[in-house]
Amino acid sequence: MTDAAALIAATRFGFAAEGGDLAAIGRDPRRWALAQLHRRPASLPGDLPPSSRVVAQLLEARRERKEKTGDPKAAKDEMRDLYIAEVGARLNAAIASDAPLLERLVFFWSNHFTVSALRPAVRGFVGAFEREAIRPHVTGRFADMLLAVTRHPAMCFYLDNVVSIGPNSPFGRRKDKGLNENLGRELLELHTLGVDGGYTQQDVEALARILTGWTIARLRDPNPGTFRFAPGIHEPGPKVLLGKTYPEAGVEEGEAALRDLARHPATARHIATKLARHFIADAPPQPAIERIAKVFRDSDGDLREVTAAVINDPEAWRQPFAKVRTPTELVIAAFRASGVREVPALPLVASLRTLDQPAFVAPSPAGWPDVASAWVSPESVLRRAEWCQTFAERLPNPPDPVAMAEASYGELLPAETLEAIRRAPSRRVGLALLLASPEFQRR
Amino acid sequence: MQSPTRRDVLGFVAGGLALAGLPRAVFAAAPTDRRLVVVLLRGAMDGLGAVPPLGDRRYAERRGGLAFAGNDGCLPLDGFFALNPGLEAIHSYWKAGELLFVPATGNGYRTRSHFDAQDLMESGLARKTGQSDGWLNRALAAVQHGDRRLGIAVGGAVPLLLRGKIAVASWEPPAFKPVAPEFISLLGRLYAHDALFGPALADGLRAQHLSDEVLGEEGAKGPMGFGPRAFKPLAEAAGKLLAAPDGPRIAALEMGGWDTHVAQGTLKGRLANNLQGFAEGLQALAQALGPAWKETVVVATTEFGRTVAMNGTNGTDHGTASVVLVMGGAVRGGKMRGDWPGLDRLEEDRDLRVATDARSVLKGILRDHLGIDGTTLDRHVFPDAPGLAPMGGLVKV
Repeated sequence: MTDAAALIAATRFGFAAEGGDLAAIGRDPRRWALAQLHRRPASLPGDLPPSSRVVAQLLEARRERKEKTGDPKAAKDEMRDLYIAEVGARLNAAIASDAPLLERLVFFWSNHFTVSALRPAVRGFVGAFEREAIRPHVTGRFADMLLAVTRHPAMCFYLDNVVSIGPNSPFGRRKDKGLNENLGRELLELHTLGVDGGYTQQDVEALARILTGWTIARLRDPNPGTFRFAPGIHEPGPKVLLGKTYPEAGVEEGEAALRDLARHPATARHIATKLARHFIADAPPQPAIERIAKVFRDSDGDLREVTAAVINDPEAWRQPFAKVRTPTELVIAAFRASGVREVPALPLVASLRTLDQPAFVAPSPAGWPDVASAWVSPESVLRRAEWCQTFAERLPNPPDPVAMAEASYGELLPAETLEAIRRAPSRRVGLALLLASPEFQRR
Repeated sequence: MQSPTRRDVLGFVAGGLALAGLPRAVFAAAPTDRRLVVVLLRGAMDGLGAVPPLGDRRYAERRGGLAFAGNDGCLPLDGFFALNPGLEAIHSYWKAGELLFVPATGNGYRTRSHFDAQDLMESGLARKTGQSDGWLNRALAAVQHGDRRLGIAVGGAVPLLLRGKIAVASWEPPAFKPVAPEFISLLGRLYAHDALFGPALADGLRAQHLSDEVLGEEGAKGPMGFGPRAFKPLAEAAGKLLAAPDGPRIAALEMGGWDTHVAQGTLKGRLANNLQGFAEGLQALAQALGPAWKETVVVATTEFGRTVAMNGTNGTDHGTASVVLVMGGAVRGGKMRGDWPGLDRLEEDRDLRVATDARSVLKGILRDHLGIDGTTLDRHVFPDAPGLAPMGGLVKV
């Protein structure tokens, strides 16, 4: 393969060649990417607490608030510290990864199943959500990830399922409370079928009914802070979703419905489109989408095979620089290409905020946009330039930007960009130029 | 979520660097009260523009469009050399005998690559050897006693000049720096043909009312802390830090913006603007040092000089010899030092020739100001220039 293939492998199926050197990709870039699919995603530092502990802590804090004991500020500070630690761990995993494709997949799926700390209550365990429900499944089955995500306390809380009550459930009848469709709707619209996936308002309500009772264990329950199915708020009776009747079966009803949704052809198409948009181009070619969707259907949503289909698609290798890097990708790529392997959490948190993509704070359940027009604006370009300049100025040991440009781009860097870097008035300015160049801003 | 704060972006890589302010405990008893400030002028300052040799008989002819006409606007020095009006803020120090210049300085190397030349300027060597420590750190080793951190990098990351086995402190201002106009204009060229980034950058600049300054012929003169103005707050901070009785004694600072390929100018222009920012910074440094100014030597060097003749874009290109500035209450100033090779015969028919190896100036300062002995200077600080004699008489001993 050519230089272009190595560059595409490094930047499109990773973040950036480590130390800026494409040689690390080896002679068969496609195989370099495919081989990673047979590895397990790195597990993050073991001192990060499980979501169950964080949620239990929050429940505890809420009780103390009601009883006017405890220190609400201390609880809040603790959640902030957890958030910072999670962001640091997540980004450092990507910066230092020797299987960067898997980290890219973690970001992709975490964004697909967005839980946003725009709801401040989830701030302390949104990182745990990713570690527990996304990370283990990126090369597993889509259905398993879907189930793990939907059962997770973070999602139950974020999309309001904890307050969704079957109107005819014992509790609903007693308190005159009812359904919240939020999770049901987003599951269909965002997580599975897609907005044009052929579902109706009746289907949204049916799924919401099916999922009533999927909630979080309280302090008085066993294993507080974990998933709990609460029969007392589950809507009784059979439900009809997408023409299929699900007889009353408690928690298994929802599990069956989610497995069916995961298998639906519209889901295959929706996921294939998003993967192609993420890894190939903002407006991905239809044939590539068809090919990936077919693998999704034929493999029953085996994400290892589905991802392999993306990598094997000729469209993925046609054009370098087809996508603009998101701020997160830019920050990771800059550190990685500069040979830095460990970065303190705070500057990472701050960098992403400054660049308008704060970690785990997507603007809506739809996640961060995945097209250039959303990321390139007059203000954002200046901020990117600012960030690149600051990065280059503060890096303790800046690499030689000319050598880095040559090692990471070879012939693919336009002569004028290389010349500008070569003529830059200092090494740091040269590095800033390389990072801010139209080529490094893309992948 | 809290709104983004640019302050948080500070201090990217914390390893071993003090990030904001200075822990007092870092400094114990002082082994010396002498202060040394080294300023790196990155981008190759035009010595012939900063301290023009108006008395050289071939000056006007060789410099062409960039020559000062007679004494017009320049400030007098020794009758042969004059001071660029941009440096007005330090003219009084010349008159007070606290400022001198060494013209036609260079190092043992000949390269017109900024990166290589800056590395060599900072490592103090004449050849690229992959040296990973700087001459100032090696000099620090000779005066260091105990745990107190005598050296400090002011402005951001520790430059190669001050890197090495002796631990140093660092300080940077609590502000997220806006893009330097110099950087933006370089970037503008890279984005010129990019359908996405090009227009976005132009619109962004327009929105910030920057575009005229950046793209205009006169270069940038922004608000405080911007472009040439960015140096003053750093220099002032360095002065305050060094003035503290238990503070550091040796500081490294840097200033960019000297790569004047375009619109360099004479009385006005990019060079004069940059010199003005530089001089106002030096003045602020001196004032912030207070009584400690008496104990201080400031030395400013650049990686190389610029072509004698003007290029096609009213600027100058990479050249050879430049000028070294030495200033301070401890300096025997008010005069020019070193030799003048003249503009008759040029290096490769284009550049001012080197008359003085800048390291002999540095050696003289290290010996007479910090009391570092000749053997240490030859063996450790400048190991590949043992034959180079220290320039004497720069400092009041």
